[in-house]
Amino acid sequence: MRLAKSWTLTMKEFAVFRRKRYIIYSLVALPIILSLLLPLSLLLPSTSQGIPASVLGKLLTSEFTIFIILAALLPAVIGSYSIIGEKIEKSLEPLLSTPATDSELLLGKSLAAFLPSVGATYTGATLYMIVVDALASGRLGYVPLPDWNSAAILLLVAPLACIFSVEFNVIVSSRVNDVRAAQQLGSLVVLPLLAIFLLGQTNVMAIDVYHMLIVSGILLVADVGLSFVSRATFQREEILTKWK
Amino acid sequence: MSTAIEAEGLTKEFNGVTAVQEVSLKVEEGEVFGFLGPNGAGKTTTVRMLSCLISKTRGEASVGGYSISKKEDQLRIRGIVGILPENVGLYEELTAYRNLDFYGRMFDCSEQRRREGIQKLLKMLDLWEKRDQIVGTFSKGMKQKVAIARALLHDPEVVFLDEPTANLDPESAKTIRDFILELKKEKRTIFLNTHNLDEAQRICDRIGILRTSLIAVGSPDELRASLWGRKTVVHLVSVNDKMIRALGDLGTKVETVGGNKLLIDVENPDAENPAIVGAIVKAGGEVRFVTELRPTLEDIYLKLVKDGGAPA
Repeated sequence: MRLAKSWTLTMKEFAVFRRKRYIIYSLVALPIILSLLLPLSLLLPSTSQGIPASVLGKLLTSEFTIFIILAALLPAVIGSYSIIGEKIEKSLEPLLSTPATDSELLLGKSLAAFLPSVGATYTGATLYMIVVDALASGRLGYVPLPDWNSAAILLLVAPLACIFSVEFNVIVSSRVNDVRAAQQLGSLVVLPLLAIFLLGQTNVMAIDVYHMLIVSGILLVADVGLSFVSRATFQREEILTKWK
Repeated sequence: MSTAIEAEGLTKEFNGVTAVQEVSLKVEEGEVFGFLGPNGAGKTTTVRMLSCLISKTRGEASVGGYSISKKEDQLRIRGIVGILPENVGLYEELTAYRNLDFYGRMFDCSEQRRREGIQKLLKMLDLWEKRDQIVGTFSKGMKQKVAIARALLHDPEVVFLDEPTANLDPESAKTIRDFILELKKEKRTIFLNTHNLDEAQRICDRIGILRTSLIAVGSPDELRASLWGRKTVVHLVSVNDKMIRALGDLGTKVETVGGNKLLIDVENPDAENPAIVGAIVKAGGEVRFVTELRPTLEDIYLKLVKDGGAPA
């Protein structure tokens, strides 16, 4: 595996993304909207009155799991374009004719979807923490974020969820011929991750380091499994002869 | 001169349907080899097999001395060939320079080599001034030129060009053809898939005609001689039976065309024509002029593709 070759592809992908407005808007708008609207929905005086401080702290932590969903949602926008876009522009044949292995090409494509998604998620999460700390510290009597739970979410669960989504979207991309269809199918990846958010919101599962480690373990196993499937799905011959 | 491409019984089947059958050919280093055939004849499939983009079903082939069957050779082959696919497949959002630079990097060209190579090729193709323009704004002909530059940037040993002038206006097509002729002067090995028979005749040293299997291989003159034979046309004031009988006595096969022309099969015009003309004059014929009927490559191609021909 020659990492330089994968990185060359990643940089080319970034250059293409910069010209795709919907990718830029998705990467910028979604994190900003989430990081502003979510805390405001809990912390505006009109909505937070009557919520005890101890409950409010827990709600803010469980709400933070939305960034797991965001980390999985963004690759659906980028990753689905990544292969189908090449398919539509018919640029896959020249790319496949370069002396790069399947693994190098897949790594390059995956990094191009992973890095901006995680970057946008971290930016949104930082903004969320700033807003929450500014609005909730006085009421709670302490600075709620970051804490160990949010650290586990950001440093473990979100990147693993992002990889899960990237791999899933590579598989989806190799099975459909339309960017929108790929994005819609690729977005389904958030459904299992939405469960974490809902379980946290309904107090069925505590959003703590212990549970986040368990979720991370499950995601890690799923990521490894999906990476094998995506590599098996990426068949040069099929891409060239069956993709229309 | 060594062999750049060698195929022996190369076959490709897709789900039981044979796309390419038992193709055997040799292309020498520095040769321009034209691959002609109707749509669906297997030309693109053959190129894809030779450039290790798809696998073969049976047979063997080597490119630049590397086997297409060996996993470890496949990356090497992709490194020494340049491909212009049927669809140019450029990144429309990137500039011409950025497109080429990306491919230069993928082919492990150093920065200096990329810089110099891109400059040289874009200048040759008259696109250097437009290097920083987004490819999406280019005309079809300009995109085709960028794609040709991409195929050549890493200085490949073998260049596969799939329909390089298809759907281009005559001026762009001529520029591309002239560029291929320049490459020919540089003694590059070029494998040219084309529908354009005139182009093949002008550019290629040898031609292979494919219709799933290879039905003929040779230089345009060889194909002409082997498939058509040679014919002398005698243009007369008028034709009469006495002339036909006189030519029959010479043992030649004669056909009357339009009442004032005789079409005569010959093996060696230089040796046979004086006797033919002598016999006609002796029989009272008034000869206006004598020509040789040279079938075009199109005639040969149509005859072969229509009749099937004998596998080469």
